Amino acid sequence: MQGLIDRLTALLNDGTVARVLGWKKGDMPYDPEPAIFNSAEELKDFVYDGFCGANLSKMMIEATKLEGKTAVCLKPCDTYSFNQLIREHRVNRDNAYIIGVGCRGKLDIGKIKKDAKGITEISGTELDGQEKVTIKTIYGDKEINYTDALLGRCHVCKGKEHMIADETWGESKDTADQERFEEVQKLEAMTAEERFEFFKNELSKCIRCNACRNVCPACSCRKCVFDNTKFDAQQKANVDSFEEKMFHIIRAFHVAGRCTDCGECSRVCPEGIPLHLFNRKFIKDIDKYYGEFQAGKDPEAQSPLTDFTFEDIEPGERG
Amino acid sequence: MSVNENGEFRPLIVAFCCNWCSYAGADLAGSSRLSYPADVKIIRVPCSGRVNPMFILRAFERGADGVIICGCHPGDCHYSTGNYYARRRMTLLFSMLDYIGVENGRTRVEWCSAAEGAKFSKTMNEFCEKIASLGKNVRLGDLRCKD
Repeated sequence: MQGLIDRLTALLNDGTVARVLGWKKGDMPYDPEPAIFNSAEELKDFVYDGFCGANLSKMMIEATKLEGKTAVCLKPCDTYSFNQLIREHRVNRDNAYIIGVGCRGKLDIGKIKKDAKGITEISGTELDGQEKVTIKTIYGDKEINYTDALLGRCHVCKGKEHMIADETWGESKDTADQERFEEVQKLEAMTAEERFEFFKNELSKCIRCNACRNVCPACSCRKCVFDNTKFDAQQKANVDSFEEKMFHIIRAFHVAGRCTDCGECSRVCPEGIPLHLFNRKFIKDIDKYYGEFQAGKDPEAQSPLTDFTFEDIEPGERG
Repeated sequence: MSVNENGEFRPLIVAFCCNWCSYAGADLAGSSRLSYPADVKIIRVPCSGRVNPMFILRAFERGADGVIICGCHPGDCHYSTGNYYARRRMTLLFSMLDYIGVENGRTRVEWCSAAEGAKFSKTMNEFCEKIASLGKNVRLGDLRCKD
């Protein structure tokens, strides 16, 4: 991590960039938060470890509107989102200096907290850290395998290559150990009743906090259809389970063909709803009906939903 | 949904019809004295490409039992390509509805030109029967909209 800070300090000092977008130490050892650093002194709070799961590319929409270049730290999977934003002309590439940081999978604090309460310190989560994560709690020390605490999305890692970067720092590791569409296929194999019950259960937990929308790099409309004129709690009133279903179906539909499957929606959901299942279903269908497509891989590629061929299958036909 | 005087279930069907083809097709069906069920409520749209997936979900939420989208035959769109985009969108949306466990068959897309009054009436009769056999839409409705 010190090497990265040194490099960022050098970039700030020689005037290549005016600010750095990275992660800042949080109150707890496991909650670093995205932050802008304007000077080399501020960089003392900079942190990059296993808990820096946040995808910073969406913040570059606003950051690249500022004067001067902004250096941004992007993990391999974040670079897909950044490419997609370039494709949609939402970021100004000329104002961005991309540092492709290495990644060996990011940790899910929920999984760690399951058997470690009262955490005071966590070590071994850095990029060059150990295979075992040591957790100091007020009830004693615990050890856990790094790979056992990975975020769900890291089990279907898209690879260690940065799609776009001005320079890279650190070695990455491909942490994929699951089939990408395994969960979707499992659901598809169930009966309609079982699927309906599954989604009703999951979505009834939704509190309409809009965290999934706010974090999603593809959800970058200035005016959102879900912005509500009602006041405060009223807009969150949850009268019927269908409201949640409609919200999540429409949200997934709006990002269909543009979703890079970065998994941020599931990561930030305070209720732990597996929202990526919607996006992944659309990706699976697009792959199946319109040819394999990975959003953000190629900033020139045409999105499948803004394209067509004369031979497309008819709605309702199952190919 | 409604119940007629015999206590028989009558579905509520929303049909999004393209102004340039099936809407005129419905007119033709009428002027050629071909009947189609009164349960079908037609909403005129400028093109099948105008149909936002949200329209369909909203229709279900507000109590529709089935939704059908009628547009020009591929290649005949008044705006050249609108129905091709609609075709991709609806394919994905119907697949998603199936995925979350809604009965397959509550939604349908039919290409129907202005000269196909007979096809329009036949499609609507078929679709109505299908929805009547599926019964009331309980999975997608909003409780607040129930009478």
